[in-house]
Amino acid sequence: MNSNATLHHSEEAPGAPPDADPVTNLQSYVLGFGFAIVLTLASFGAAVMHWVWAPGLPVLLAVLAIAQMGVHLVFFMHVSSSPDAVNTVLALAFGIFVVGLVVFGSMIIMANLNDYMMPMEQLLQMQR
Amino acid sequence: MSAVAEEIPLSERGPAPTRVVVSFGFWLFLLSDIVIFSGLFAAYAVLAQRTAGGPTGAQLFDLKHVFLETCCLLVSSFTCGLCVLAMERRKRTMIYVWAAVTFVLGLSFISLELSEFIGMFSRGINPTRSAFLSAFFGLVGTHGIHVTAGLCWLAVMMAQIVTLGLQPKVAQRLLCFSLFWHALDLVWIGVFTIVYLGAHP
Repeated sequence: MNSNATLHHSEEAPGAPPDADPVTNLQSYVLGFGFAIVLTLASFGAAVMHWVWAPGLPVLLAVLAIAQMGVHLVFFMHVSSSPDAVNTVLALAFGIFVVGLVVFGSMIIMANLNDYMMPMEQLLQMQR
Repeated sequence: MSAVAEEIPLSERGPAPTRVVVSFGFWLFLLSDIVIFSGLFAAYAVLAQRTAGGPTGAQLFDLKHVFLETCCLLVSSFTCGLCVLAMERRKRTMIYVWAAVTFVLGLSFISLELSEFIGMFSRGINPTRSAFLSAFFGLVGTHGIHVTAGLCWLAVMMAQIVTLGLQPKVAQRLLCFSLFWHALDLVWIGVFTIVYLGAHP
């Protein structure tokens, strides 16, 4: 597809189907779709039918969700580990870092504040 | 491939082609969009238990409904990929067919979500009821607005293929659209796992 471009530029455009062979590209989509269906069914099945010990369910759901996000990134959005796609992967890594910082940072800070907060009844007493 | 490229030093290769620059810029936009969602996810995670005596997630959510929504979005993501493949092969009819399927599935997703919201509003369950509901409508509503914007974009892309043909510029835009659509499905995985399945008792 881009043999002329790669002569001078080794970079890969994010999101473009990488393979020159359309059959391989189709296989990638079909394979990804199959994985995604299995993982979605597993998520809903585990939550509705209580396949695992209840306190362990959030861990299983998190694992299945992260796996499905990985499947989407690799098979649908064509994120690859090839040296040609290093910019794409670096930007993605930074994005994941910021997302983790925002989500887990907020959760830890708010849980910590909750721990140090005076119980509500006591607070209302003091305001009188 | 890269063996040829390595013969030319990096400093002498000149600017990257437009194809790469545009895609990479759009990739950065998508990542920043996902950072916006991460803020909404953080708000939801913090506020999920703050129901102020109002309904909890477990009482509100109908998982069958959510499963249907998930299927719509997942299949539409797949058909969107098939649309891009049809574009690579220059098969116009197949582009229209797969784009139409993607559009109909996206529209069904939005209709299902709207019917869920309208059902809640009619029972007096709205964003002002509790912090949990503010966070819920904020997160799921923002995703819904993104999907609606995606549907408008898809309609515009089809109009451009009809009027402008499959120019490289149009093909580039359709590729960006497919990335956007896949990213929305990625965010939905987080939504159905954390919001809906997480609330299930």
